[in-house]
Parts: sequence; C-alpha cells; structure tokens
Amino acid sequence: MTYKVLYYVNQFFGQIGGEEKADIKPILKMEKVGPALGFEQLLGGEAEVVATLICGDNYFNEHEEEALKFIIDAVSEVNPDIVVAGPAFNAGRYGMACAGVANYVVDELGIPVVTGMYKENPAVDHCKAKAIVVEVSDSAAGMRNALPVMAKITKKLLNKEELGLPQDEGYFPQGKRLTVFADERGSERAVKMLVARLKGEAFETELPMPVFDKVEPAAAIKDIKKAKIALITSGGIVPKGNPDRIQSASAQKWGKYNIKDIDSLKGGYYTIHGGYDPVYANEFPDRVAPLDVLKKYEKDGEIGEIYQYFYTTTGTGTSVGNSITFGVEIGKELKEAGVDGAILTST
Amino acid sequence: MVKEIERYGIPIVHMSTITTISESVGANRIVPTIAIPYPVGNPTLSENVELDLREKLVKRALTALTTEVSGVEYF
Repeated sequence: MTYKVLYYVNQFFGQIGGEEKADIKPILKMEKVGPALGFEQLLGGEAEVVATLICGDNYFNEHEEEALKFIIDAVSEVNPDIVVAGPAFNAGRYGMACAGVANYVVDELGIPVVTGMYKENPAVDHCKAKAIVVEVSDSAAGMRNALPVMAKITKKLLNKEELGLPQDEGYFPQGKRLTVFADERGSERAVKMLVARLKGEAFETELPMPVFDKVEPAAAIKDIKKAKIALITSGGIVPKGNPDRIQSASAQKWGKYNIKDIDSLKGGYYTIHGGYDPVYANEFPDRVAPLDVLKKYEKDGEIGEIYQYFYTTTGTGTSVGNSITFGVEIGKELKEAGVDGAILTST
Repeated sequence: MVKEIERYGIPIVHMSTITTISESVGANRIVPTIAIPYPVGNPTLSENVELDLREKLVKRALTALTTEVSGVEYF
C-alpha cells in the first residue's frame, strides 16, 4: 500500500505570490505544488503526496485560530498518514505557521509531522518537542539538501521504523529521554568524561543543560512625564534613499537618524524591509514606528522627551548573532544618553 | 535586541504582532499589535480613527514601561 502525505507550504512556495499575497486564506489543492513535487520523488514510490495546503504567512500569524480550523478540517478530509511542512529555513512567519500546523495536527489528530527549519528560526523551539524538525540551512538555496533528509525521516516514520539519534538523523533533539543499555556503567563513564576534561580532550555530556538566557525585567519608569524615551524599530524604516545602505534582509548593520525637528516619519522616510508588503509603511511609516504619536505626547507633556535619535534595522533573516551585537551597541548609546525607556516595534 | 538593551537596565517594551516571537526573543513587556505590515496602524480605517488606534497602542506601551513586571507580561 502507498502511504498518503499531505504537504503544507506558504503562499510563496505554494506559487501563489510574494509578500503581496501573504494575506491569503488557506486553500487545499488536491495536487502537488512547489517542494511537494521534488519531495514525492524522494519517497521512492513508498508514499504519495496527495494534496497541498497553502496559506499566506501573514494570514496564518494574524488569524491563527481560523487558519487552524480550516487546516484541521482539510487534514481530516484528506486523512493522510503524515503531514510534511516547509522547510521554512530562517523565515520567522513561515516557521511559526509550520510550527502551528505541526503542533495542532499532532495534538488534535495524532498524525506525525515532519518539517525543516534553520537552527535560529524562533519557531524551532515551538514545535521540536512534537514534530520532527530537520535542521536545514538559512535560505531556500538549501532546499536540495533539506528535502532528502526530510524524506528519509518521513519514510522511516511511515514504516514505523525507529528513528536514530537526532545528530545522526539530522533533526533537532526533542528533549526525550530513552532508556538504553550502555556498555559501561555510569560511574565509569563519568570518570572517563572527567579525565578527558582534565586533559583538555573532547568529551560529550550525556545530559546537556538547557540554556536559559532570560534578562531580568528592568525597573519601571517612575515618572513618565520626566522620562526620555527612545524609539527603535526592526521594520526597516529609513530616510528615503537609504543613506547608510541598510540591507533589506539579513541586516549587517543598524542606523540612527535625527528626528529632533520632525513630527512624523511621513514624507521623509520609507521602508527597505524585504519581509513584508511595504505599501502601507511607505504610505505612512508611523504605522510601523509611531513617531507622530510620541511627538504629540511629548508636546502635550505626557512624556518628558523623545530621544533625538531614532534607531532602525531590518529584522528579517537577521542572524541572532547580529541582533545581539545591534542590541549591545544601541543599548550602550541609549544608556550613555540617559534614556529612561525604549519602545521597539517589529513587523 | 530587546534583551540586550534591557540588560543595560533600560526598560523596553516590544510592540509586535507575532507575540510568540517576542516571548522567544526574551521580551518582558509586550504590546500585541495590529498586523505585520502595519503594527501600529490600520490603512482600512479613516485617518482620525487610525490615529486614535495608534494613540491607544502607544499609551499601552507607556503603561508597560511604567509598570513593574517580574516576567513576561502583556499590555
């Protein structure tokens, strides 16, 4: 018997359109679309992709409940043996959609889900415990390497074969502990590990500690009427002409612009962000970074002062490493300028 | 960015539509916004109504900055 696969993609991989189509509601096509075609070939006849579900990334993230309702009905109708989503690479919204679908399908229908994401995609943590999330590269250029790994795991799951360890199979650890027989007892392994460590040799822990990098919330502003507030955005709002040439995706830098003498970003600014439909932001950039309202509150005396520089970068595809650097650099400037609080908007 | 700025002891509020991402990047004060391409606006509204909406959202952000929190909190 041939197993049935249902494939989930966004509007882009579903060949409907780019950002301007990111609002489309989910649709079910009883055919193979986009990556589903190549994926099926890799299944070697053991399974067939019987349908493709396509949903706009913005629609999913802004109307998750409605989207999931449609999706669950569609999955129930198709009744697949497995659901495959993405891969989403480093796309945040697409990743969140794949994760949302994955968790819901696993929880509600008990059908296994395989997807693929780049390790820094914030969606990895949302679904890796329930779905098998294959580690893929950060851009669609990695499609050719991603699909075979996803297909291999899919076949194993369909045939009820046991999956190997995450590092061997290429998926993210799910945080599961399994009982296995070891050749040496624990005390011997522990001593060997300690000796290796003392010698400065490589060793691998059997229980990696989770990394919790939470920052304690800073104390609240006591008197907002005297406070200096800074405005920051990751929505790619820059002066027209983009004088510092900030990248439209995978930003390498941030910019700061003097807003002391303007009351709104309208007219002088636009967006260079490559990850959302720019029409509304270009029409009125304060829809992304609300300088107009902040200036109004400053005039009315509701806020002490708006810090004279506005900070900006592009959040799409930007690596965690760069984001940390930007935050450290911007934070240092704000601290030195005596800023009391900051508002950061994201698209 | 949110986390690194807060590390300097500066309270920061994240205004975003995909609040699950806000949480995973370590924001403590979060204001959920309208839509991805226009977090603090809505082009389908008339100019005045849109301005009211933006004022309301910024007010929430200011409330967040003046409220003590011990962990993730939505405003």
